[in-house]
Amino acid sequence: MRLNEKYFNALMIAGLLALPLWAVVADQPFTITLVTRAVILALAAVGLNIILGIGGMVSFGHAVFFGIGGYAMGILAYHAQTYTALDLGPFSTDGTKSMPVIWLVAMILSGLVAFFIGLLSLRTSGVYFIMITLAFGQMFFYFAISWAQYGGEDGLSIYVRNDFPGLNTLAPIQFYGICFTLLCVVLFLFARLQASPFGLALNAARQTPTRVETVGLNPMRLKLLAFVLSGAITGLAGALFADLNRFVSPTMFSWQLSGELIVLIIIGGVGRLMGPVIGACVFVALEHFLGELTDFWHVYLGVVLLCIVLFGRGGLIGLLTGKEGVHV
Amino acid sequence: MSDPVLSTLNLNKSFGALKATDDVSIDLKSGEIHAIIGPNGAGKSTLIQQICGGLQPDSGRVLLNGQDVSGQSTQARARAGMGRTFQISQLCMEDTVLENAVLGVMGAEHLAWRFWRPALKRPSLRDRAEAALERVGLSDDRDTRCANLSHGQRRQLEVAVALTLSPKAFVMDEPMAGLGAEGSKRLTGFLDGLRQEAPILLVEHDMDAVFALADRISVLVYGKVIATGTADEIRTNREVRDAYLGDEA
Repeated sequence: MRLNEKYFNALMIAGLLALPLWAVVADQPFTITLVTRAVILALAAVGLNIILGIGGMVSFGHAVFFGIGGYAMGILAYHAQTYTALDLGPFSTDGTKSMPVIWLVAMILSGLVAFFIGLLSLRTSGVYFIMITLAFGQMFFYFAISWAQYGGEDGLSIYVRNDFPGLNTLAPIQFYGICFTLLCVVLFLFARLQASPFGLALNAARQTPTRVETVGLNPMRLKLLAFVLSGAITGLAGALFADLNRFVSPTMFSWQLSGELIVLIIIGGVGRLMGPVIGACVFVALEHFLGELTDFWHVYLGVVLLCIVLFGRGGLIGLLTGKEGVHV
Repeated sequence: MSDPVLSTLNLNKSFGALKATDDVSIDLKSGEIHAIIGPNGAGKSTLIQQICGGLQPDSGRVLLNGQDVSGQSTQARARAGMGRTFQISQLCMEDTVLENAVLGVMGAEHLAWRFWRPALKRPSLRDRAEAALERVGLSDDRDTRCANLSHGQRRQLEVAVALTLSPKAFVMDEPMAGLGAEGSKRLTGFLDGLRQEAPILLVEHDMDAVFALADRISVLVYGKVIATGTADEIRTNREVRDAYLGDEA
């Protein structure tokens, strides 16, 4: 049986709406937390999918942006909760507990860092690109570990979830609503971007950069902008992730996390709109259910991943819809 | 005929001891097809690369429309009006025929930095792309993935993408490569009409096509132009016969 990809996507969205609502009725708050986790990881992976799926850049350092988002939230909220000033040279602020402000800061900072990392790493490609992005990831990881002011290795705890106007963010379903809405918005933007002239050109730059140059476009610039957009979205996800856990630590910068984001996309389908979403759901489900059974659940994740790579180049979406995916 | 549209002035390029391009000065006048022929390894591809920006010459200049483009990148030269086709098709294999053509129009119209409306729903892009496909006879295949095209169709698409650029000069690297007799003949007819739009610098191994099309022919041997002239002049040139054509031409 082959599903139309559009129906499949609608089904996924419906499922992400229905499951938490059921959890509210059945009074299963932990299920909501799990789904929220999946949705936030999906959001981070949608960001990565812009460069990995459309642009063909295998960034093994996307945890950098996830971590920057996390620490943007952590630091702003920390100063707000301790009533201490955050001195930034000429500026000084009291921090903030407002989610929209935190998101904005997270996205701008991640985008800026992505610009500089992109500027340096996009000169390379293939294995070298993977290694240089990994190196940046490790730099940020070790920086966070030694950043004693903000908890160093122990990380930072934020006691109360940040505020969103008109909502009680401590109610799991309301916080989920925020994350789900943001995911939908970003998915919509991703779909527009993919079909837009920019998306077409970026996709072409992945397939044959020579062709792109020959029609008078600069593949580097296309890729750099994609990298910045990608970083900003993953940064936003990082801020939400920190808010979900009310905790930030250097693990948000870890290379394992960078790897997981890639894995999510491969499970779901590289370059597919909903690839990261189904990937994140499968990942979180495996992590939870297999994790209950055995500490070695990663082994089984590995088997799942192996099967998908061997038998379905288009990821789960490719298997279910019968369409081959993008080849990186 | 006035100033040449495209010209090279004393181009030189060496790879170690090998002189791949030896003081090459050729020009392309408006309305003409100028063919470059020569045996394998004569440096034709190296020359094309230097003209289009893929390789930097050791010395010499490339002029397009009187403008010195020597130091410029491939994309800058494309924007200045260089319409190149490749010996080995450089197409987006996962994309459809129409998408490949639309990419060309995006480059020509500076419309790549648009993020909202889908590329294929923009009449400004689509109309021009479809017109180019129509001209090479690929309209019926516009929604076919490039990977599913026959070799001949890919060659046609390669030309169509160059057409979308509305270039000042075409630089075609073996457009007939791998085409059958029938396809070759059809493309020859098409290029024949195309020279009125923009002159064509044509590198080609298919001698029937070259002698049928070229207003002028330059013969490249060991990186050097040993002769330039009309088809008849080249056909009867002793040196050229010895070096390349043999006696049957």
